[in-house]
Amino acid sequence: MPKMALSHFEMAILFSLLTSVALGITGKTGRQEQIRYAAYCFGSFVLALFGLGWLMYFGHR
Amino acid sequence: MTTEVKKDIAAVEPAQSWFLPVLLTWVAPGAGYFLLKSPERGAAMATMSIVMFIVGLLMRGAFFEAQTGDLLTTVIYCGGWIANLANGSLYFLAKAFGYNSPDVAGHVVDYGTKFLVGSGLINILAMVDVFEIATRKKS
Repeated sequence: MPKMALSHFEMAILFSLLTSVALGITGKTGRQEQIRYAAYCFGSFVLALFGLGWLMYFGHR
Repeated sequence: MTTEVKKDIAAVEPAQSWFLPVLLTWVAPGAGYFLLKSPERGAAMATMSIVMFIVGLLMRGAFFEAQTGDLLTTVIYCGGWIANLANGSLYFLAKAFGYNSPDVAGHVVDYGTKFLVGSGLINILAMVDVFEIATRKKS
């Protein structure tokens, strides 16, 4: 079986993308609302990713 | 007039039994939606769950085994095991084909373990969604 090796960032983005789509589908009804909610969740994930990343960077200095 | 009649029919139409769609969703991710005539939702949820599970396997993520001890150990290991079990047939197939990756240190394996748990959690979300659709709490 092949092994997949991605960077931290790539894996976190992939996880965020898949989770956001699932949250969008189950969280809202109506195509437009689902897309908007999935985009909101993805944006929040990415924001948290960068925020926590910088927090850890400064925490280690 | 026609709209009113349609609304009345929807109001008196009894809710479907939720057991079979929820069970089907657990066994095969997304399958319950097809039973409830929401194939698009079903296909999308199945794709998310299956892709996440396969990526988790490709990263050599480890499956949790139920373990008890202190509170944190119990919560992490039993919770992880339940989330793994929520993958249904994907989990049992992986086990049947002999997948047994050790939980070694390293960020790729660690992410893989989280992807396998995440896939199960997405399937739990799908089961709740199917339950709500079947009991008409959601359209």
